[in-house]
Amino acid sequence: MATNRPSRRRSFYEGMRDTLPLIIGAIPFGIIFGTLAGGAGLSPAGTMGMSLFVFAGSAQFVALGMLANGAAWPLIALTTLVVNFRHLLYTATLLPYLQRLPRKWQIALAFGLTDETFAVAVRRWQAPGTRADDHWYQLGSMLFMYVNWNLCTIVGLVAGRLLADIAAWGLDFAMLAAFIGMLIPYLKDRPNYCAMLAAGASAIVFHGLPHKLGLLAASLIGVAAGMLAERCSSTTAENPRLEG
Amino acid sequence: METFYLVGTMALVTFLIRYLLLPLSGRIELSGGLQRALRYVPPAVLTAIVVPFALIPDGRELQFSLSNPYLVGAGLTLAIGWLSRHLLLTIVGGMVCFWGWRAVLTLGWI
Repeated sequence: MATNRPSRRRSFYEGMRDTLPLIIGAIPFGIIFGTLAGGAGLSPAGTMGMSLFVFAGSAQFVALGMLANGAAWPLIALTTLVVNFRHLLYTATLLPYLQRLPRKWQIALAFGLTDETFAVAVRRWQAPGTRADDHWYQLGSMLFMYVNWNLCTIVGLVAGRLLADIAAWGLDFAMLAAFIGMLIPYLKDRPNYCAMLAAGASAIVFHGLPHKLGLLAASLIGVAAGMLAERCSSTTAENPRLEG
Repeated sequence: METFYLVGTMALVTFLIRYLLLPLSGRIELSGGLQRALRYVPPAVLTAIVVPFALIPDGRELQFSLSNPYLVGAGLTLAIGWLSRHLLLTIVGGMVCFWGWRAVLTLGWI
């Protein structure tokens, strides 16, 4: 890990730069979260607490929905476990890279392992060639997301009353567009297409499952389909895999 | 106090999910098959989030129709992404398509 400061700083900025498009998708989401929290019965301190300490957009929105329906906190915590369980897969994916890092780095990067930072950082870690500063890249991505998420929550809290009908503006589509954008690198070969098709179809089939369990089931089915397709295509053709 | 427990447990649960494998990693070894499987995690998870978002925007019923702007917008966003391979263009272009289609629907042109 003998690296010099300019190269760390460069990695850090590159992490921020590559996350910028996803920030655009996250801005409306953070503002809407801050706007809706009051109506769901969450105090301003609780709202900021969630963005500062939980830092998990989809789980925060699910918690709001459950609070509005009068759910007790243990049930919301349990649902958080299910909704965020996909992040365990993220850590498993990054394990070969993160396990080399010192403990404090592992704690910091694990705290900020959102969907967006994972999608950006996994591309960097898996790119050919090794760079000693890739953890600075991931830190840049996560800090950018973190500061932005909390600023947007504040904006939503402050402007909440002025923007009472913001949820009807369709700003939530920005998040959908960002997530579709994150899929672009995987639109490349048959196993990836199979993984996506299977995950998408399963997500619809299992949508009715409680506590967003369908998301988890669909993810696992998608991974299995990708593996299966990879095995089939590698037995029919022995060509080397393209890494895009 | 309720709020304190709520935020505290959510924070703890979320952090442990994201962290717990790391201190264990010295003792467990990922098999080659598992490592290959994990490469499909990003496309599978992202698609499992995106598809219900587009097809069931109200969280209740399937809306497989041109009058669902989330579906039309998602389709056009995907097309832009597939053709351009450019993240920023995809997100901004997709949002423009979504709002455009919503305006078309609101004005009653379709």
